[in-house]
Amino acid sequence: MKTFDYHSPKDVKEASKLSSSKSVFLAGGMTTIPSMKLGLATYKDVINLKGIKKLSGIKVSGKIVKIGATTQHAEVAKSKELKKAIPSLAALAEGIGDPQVRNRGTIGGSIANNDPAADYPSACIALNAVIHTNNRSINAETFFKGMYETSLKSGEIIESIEFEVPSKSNYQKLPNPASRYAVIGVYVARFKGDNVNVAITGAKSCAYLDKNLSDALSKDFSTSSINNVNISSKGINSDIHASANYRANMIKVYAKKAVEAC
Amino acid sequence: MASLVGSRVERKEDKRFLTGKGRYTADINIVNQTYAIFIRSPHARAKIKKIDTSKALKSSGVVDILTGEHIAKDKIGGLIAGWAIRSEDGSEMKCPANPPLAKDNVNFVGDPLAVVLAESLDEAKEAADLVKIDYKILEAVTNLEKTMESDAIHDGIDKNLCYDWLLGDRQKVKEAFDKADKIIKLDITNNRLIPNAMEPRACVIDYNTASEEITCYTTSQNPHLSRLIMSAFGGVAPENKLRVVAPDVGGGFGSKINLYNEEIVCSWASKKIERPIKWVAERTESFLTDTHGRDHITHAELAVTNDGKFLGFKNETIANLGAYARVFGTVTPTYLFGPCATGVYVMPAAYSNVKAVYTNTAPVDAYRGAGRPEATYTIERIVDKAAIELGIDPIEIRMKNFPTEFPFKQTLVHQIDSGDYVAGLNKAKEMSDYDGFVARKKESESRGKLRGIGVTTYFEACGIAPSPVVMMLGCGVGLWESAEVRFNPTGQVTIYTGSHSHGQSHQTTFAQIAADELGVPIENIDIVHGDTDKGTFGMGTYGSRSLTVGGIAIVNACKKIVAKGKRIAAKMLEVSEDEIDFSNGEYVVAKSNKKKTIGEVAFASYLPGVRDEVKSPLPEGDEPGLIESSFFDPANFSFPAGSHIAEVEIDPETGNVKLDKYTAVDDFGTIVNPIIVEGQVHGGLAQGIGQALTENAQYDDTGQLITASYMDYTMPRADNFPEFNLGFTCTKATTNPLGVKGCGEAGAIAAPPTVMNAVINALGGREIDMPATAEKVWEACNEMKKTNSEAA
Repeated sequence: MKTFDYHSPKDVKEASKLSSSKSVFLAGGMTTIPSMKLGLATYKDVINLKGIKKLSGIKVSGKIVKIGATTQHAEVAKSKELKKAIPSLAALAEGIGDPQVRNRGTIGGSIANNDPAADYPSACIALNAVIHTNNRSINAETFFKGMYETSLKSGEIIESIEFEVPSKSNYQKLPNPASRYAVIGVYVARFKGDNVNVAITGAKSCAYLDKNLSDALSKDFSTSSINNVNISSKGINSDIHASANYRANMIKVYAKKAVEAC
Repeated sequence: MASLVGSRVERKEDKRFLTGKGRYTADINIVNQTYAIFIRSPHARAKIKKIDTSKALKSSGVVDILTGEHIAKDKIGGLIAGWAIRSEDGSEMKCPANPPLAKDNVNFVGDPLAVVLAESLDEAKEAADLVKIDYKILEAVTNLEKTMESDAIHDGIDKNLCYDWLLGDRQKVKEAFDKADKIIKLDITNNRLIPNAMEPRACVIDYNTASEEITCYTTSQNPHLSRLIMSAFGGVAPENKLRVVAPDVGGGFGSKINLYNEEIVCSWASKKIERPIKWVAERTESFLTDTHGRDHITHAELAVTNDGKFLGFKNETIANLGAYARVFGTVTPTYLFGPCATGVYVMPAAYSNVKAVYTNTAPVDAYRGAGRPEATYTIERIVDKAAIELGIDPIEIRMKNFPTEFPFKQTLVHQIDSGDYVAGLNKAKEMSDYDGFVARKKESESRGKLRGIGVTTYFEACGIAPSPVVMMLGCGVGLWESAEVRFNPTGQVTIYTGSHSHGQSHQTTFAQIAADELGVPIENIDIVHGDTDKGTFGMGTYGSRSLTVGGIAIVNACKKIVAKGKRIAAKMLEVSEDEIDFSNGEYVVAKSNKKKTIGEVAFASYLPGVRDEVKSPLPEGDEPGLIESSFFDPANFSFPAGSHIAEVEIDPETGNVKLDKYTAVDDFGTIVNPIIVEGQVHGGLAQGIGQALTENAQYDDTGQLITASYMDYTMPRADNFPEFNLGFTCTKATTNPLGVKGCGEAGAIAAPPTVMNAVINALGGREIDMPATAEKVWEACNEMKKTNSEAA
């Protein structure tokens, strides 16, 4: 690892001020630290956000769940309030990585990194999340732009994520046998008025809302309605663990599992 | 005193390992040490045009940067193949030179060509980034099937062929096949594996400028052999000036048999810079440069009668050696593979023909089971296929072809001293509730799942020896083992063994057998290993040989101690030797009940006199002290065997394979410590099941290893395994006094065909290659659905 300057700002303003084109914000460090260790990324300044108290915590108020950006996966997984409001979100957090990762990794770090196989982005999209930064509020659908790419600007810091509480929801993932990241993950959320969102992760350059599945399930919330949806393998990821064709087929299989579990 | 052999003695090693008090190579630091970083080829095949170290040499903290030119100039030798194999046409095998640092050509991704030595690890890494290398990239040879038609990687090695070896009689096989009712044919791939020892390789070198002695701490399974090779072939230092220490070693599985480039380079460089050097592999380096395992393509044929009798067997295999031939690289796909390919069966005629080829990939060498897993996979898959094609139950077809009398002369090489394959398979059948499978299958089907059952019976040849035989077959050294037992004056015993424990628990097992032999409490016995300065020469640990060879050397040395003690006791008790019985650590005169303990005898042997009288307890001709050694060279290999039965449940929607039940019944002869043996079986099964279901080392067409991390190389995890159902039968080995057979590799040998036979059974006989990953299985399930709907 190359040498760098380490900063531990006390508030968001100070953190933002410290940032430059050669800096990185550090939360759990579950991606940043290994990348630095392997020499894949080098930074002049590492700005640790974990010292900023107000960035962490879970708050449920009515139909809104607000999770602070540096809240660890383990906290999300065990939150009693959240388990009541959106049990599928707590379950998703419980299924990320391993205990070490869950005890360090954060929700803000995960969505800022926007790994194509990360779990949280699908939850953000399915649960109509709004991502609040130090400058603005961004809808999840416009937040995730491409592989490891978000609409965050330089110096912009995620403060919290607000999720809409659905009437029913479930997340099902087919884990990569080696890394246990999602080969594909399907997040199904049904809201009042029967509107259904189906968000997929692992299948493309980043998580996305599958319009066809969402429409079909909005009309008829049953596994049989999924049968009639055609999922093309065009544009779907292919790697040594799963071909595009297999992934496309598994999206339907896992969407059904999610609907069944709703 | 009750016998300790056979009892569940808790491991002496546990306290050290479970409390973090193990001392591994990377834990060793020498004052004033430098740090080494190896510069490795990023290309699978290239010519080195120029290495420019000028900028790097000026980088902060750099002590020196050494290249292939330097090491060639100092005439330091390279790595070697330990076995000379001859081709069918009588010609000797062809091996390329494998210099410790490549000078002209690099031949796999990870091949080292320079070393940077610096004051700190970070400085070494920074400088390494500044070394400029100009390569001429050449087309890599990576496709095993096409290797022989590809460019020759090494000058003078035509078709990339190391040897084209034959064992068996082609004419006899032809005659047998002519008589057959049916010929079963099978094409299989034995997937390439990366050993993944928990502890990465490492070495710490300490050169003493005054004594000119090099001490090399290293992660080795056989430090004595490493010293021998480094001295005799590397020319690093004479053996008396070279001490190799392999302290606690965190797993090897064969990958740490070899002496590697890094030990030679760092030992040589330490002398050159007159400073200690420390090198510890990063995980990526382990993936790229530890020797890999397996990697065969096999076409096999089995000639059978309609009622399921085997008449003959053909095995045509291409084995991947990787870029260079290493210590066990050439023997693993020949003598460790070919003979075992006919399995546990009476096979009137057979041959194994193996073409071993070079490719631009990491060297392939022994990996847990070495050759026997590949052999067992071949025969057990084809036997199952025969059962399917003939409509015979898989257990029945095996029973029909078992030998029932021992010793059994196996078709190709081995004379198997003992075994009872019928008893083993019957026990496995009962323990696995084989007859209840139909009901369980129905139950799975009611949930939309497919269920399959798979059977394997195996034997293997391990405890690799005896020396005259292995040397006749081409081995460069004898494969005996040595031990020295030192009975200290005050009653404790220190035992030096040439075997090496890197997870095998020798401290416990060896102490158990010595405690029984000497009648001394196990607490008073210490086992010392892994240091060429401590104890006699040894050949190390691999091929499940520690107990059957090294353990017996200890038994024999203990017997010599007891015998000398008896002579001394006789003199002390003033009786003749034949009036004395030795048991439970006491020399007892039967008729008078007078006795001396072995501790008293030992004490007397070191203090041979009394006050006021000239009187020695030592018989004439005996020298003081109680130290004995033994070199044991067994009369044969040992032949463990067993029957394993697995059940899988497949989800046809996803192709996910769940290993639901696994029963292993093994015959390891006498079992010294059941806890340790069960642990060995569990570990072997985990690796064998890993090969069947998850592990697969893959190179792309350009020779890049695309599974070079745990993100892509699928190590099996606890949730891939069911609770293992273990059973044992026992026929004692007749070739050693304890009746023991090796147990370390059985699981890795038997599990792949057992699991795959179960998968293929669930898929209605549709064949897939290992590993049975979800997508492959899913495709087979879809085909099955298609066929079924067409049939309906």
